[in-house]
Amino acid sequence: MDTTVANKKVRSRRSLSRNDRFTLSAFVGFPTFVQLIFLWIPALATILLSFTYWNGIRISDIKWAGFANYKNIFLNDTLFYEALKNNLIWLLWFSLIATPLGILLAYQIDRKIKGHKIYESIYYIPVVLSLAVIGIIWNFMFQPGGFIQGLMGRDIGNAVSIWGNYKINTYVIMAVASWRHIGYIMLLYLSGLKSVDPSLKEASAIDGATDWQTFRKVILPAMKPVNIIIVVITLIESFRAFDLVFIIYGSSTSWPLLNILVYQNFAGQGISMKGAALAVILLLLCIGPIIGYLRTVFKEDL
Amino acid sequence: MSTIVQDQKYRNSQKRKDAFISTFIGFFAFVWIFPILWTIWTSLRPYSDVVSYGVFSWPKRLNFDNYFAAFKQMHILGYFLNSLYVTIPAVIITLFLGSLIAFVVSRYKFKFSLPLLLVFTAGNMLPAVLVYIPVFWMYIWVGDLVGNRNFLYNNYLGLILIHVAFQTGFATFVLSSYMKTIPKEISESAIVDGASVFTHYWRVILPLIRPPLAALGVLMTTWIYNDFFWALILVSQDSKRPITSGLRRLNGEFVTDFNLLAAGAILAAAPTVILFFVLRKQFISGLTLGSTKG
Repeated sequence: MDTTVANKKVRSRRSLSRNDRFTLSAFVGFPTFVQLIFLWIPALATILLSFTYWNGIRISDIKWAGFANYKNIFLNDTLFYEALKNNLIWLLWFSLIATPLGILLAYQIDRKIKGHKIYESIYYIPVVLSLAVIGIIWNFMFQPGGFIQGLMGRDIGNAVSIWGNYKINTYVIMAVASWRHIGYIMLLYLSGLKSVDPSLKEASAIDGATDWQTFRKVILPAMKPVNIIIVVITLIESFRAFDLVFIIYGSSTSWPLLNILVYQNFAGQGISMKGAALAVILLLLCIGPIIGYLRTVFKEDL
Repeated sequence: MSTIVQDQKYRNSQKRKDAFISTFIGFFAFVWIFPILWTIWTSLRPYSDVVSYGVFSWPKRLNFDNYFAAFKQMHILGYFLNSLYVTIPAVIITLFLGSLIAFVVSRYKFKFSLPLLLVFTAGNMLPAVLVYIPVFWMYIWVGDLVGNRNFLYNNYLGLILIHVAFQTGFATFVLSSYMKTIPKEISESAIVDGASVFTHYWRVILPLIRPPLAALGVLMTTWIYNDFFWALILVSQDSKRPITSGLRRLNGEFVTDFNLLAAGAILAAAPTVILFFVLRKQFISGLTLGSTKG
């Protein structure tokens, strides 16, 4: 049986004409070329540059630095730890609050509670907005003359700074980031829920299971692939965070994130390859989720 | 008899619970949409009114002046066009390249088809900052090489290329998993009929993958239009800025007239929101094709 399949394969490959083989190599070659030039070679270059000193002007100025950039980051850079802390807060908030809320919302809307259609649309809207626009929209809530300032009884003249208040700004940023994330998770989960066999839910309801039991014992296991995707998205989004905070704080490091520091080290005043080292650290944080994602989606092929 | 009563009781309590949940979610839906409503409200008022009468004052005047001013003073139209010139070619090229790889990987089994697919899919997930330093310098060097520094940097072409590179992986992955569901017999009969590889792709497969192409098209238009990072880094010339980074510049410049800025923000948000509501099915199926495979 195996040999016939193998024979067939060989025959089908042999039957390709020279023209066809050329077409196939072009089909593979051109996109691969683009990927290599713009993604993989630059990624490799960044990893190499992270072990060098370079001010970014002439290639001949590149000097080997060994682990100096990394040492510098880990031993002398308090900003790095602050950024790492903020990224981890982001991750914790997303995993413990925003993602579960998105799942809960999807579960309730899937039960077709009253008004579920309009609620669904409303929660989707932030998902299609650019984070740059989201930053600006929320600025209208918090800046002088904004809604929250009005609630606190403050007009433009005597407004208080909310982004600059270190006691609360982390929570405010997390709330704004969740605005989009919750809808995103809900969207993904809802489409997964729609593919769960409704008779499963009915059966567990007839057996007298409570909502929570049905969710935990029936829905959650049936949704395993979607669950993994959601974990991966939550992790990656937390490490990738940049746009929103950049809109609010600009290139200042009032509320640093790893991505903001990479930007700072390259587009800021002095160019140093510390930025490259920071980017590599970010890659190391993302590599687990990336592998997890690939293993999930290519499970049948691997 | 008693079980029926009990059942009725249970159903009643469930009904009450559902009504409570619905009200709760409804309340939050209002909170959810409120910032957008507030921005629209702000955009309809002149700044001078807010200054003289306060944030919650009853409006003396409500009109679209801020929107007209956004076009006149902020050159919003120019930013829009820049976004368009980047997004449309980038989406078309991405779908084209993705469909090529997906076609080869799913229709012709080679030793390297799985690694190829893995490399493309992984590429989509790399953090942008990991490639940003070399890409920036590459753009400058290539520009110097062809004698025009703004050949890739500060130009649509540079943005298009980086978006294509990042998004092709996702397109490849989604299209290849869709193509795997197309029966082998269709390809076999095409080959038996003597169709060349190109005809096989162009006349047989391409017409069959229109649904995922449409879904991906909508999704990628949204992603690329919404991109902020590359628009910020690869464009410093204001006349070439896409709307996202353009809006950020306006955010700094018009900080004293946020009613005008609100109109700008609403205008910038409008295309993706409209696209979403018109092609909602495609948008959602595009996202879920990627996450649940098929």
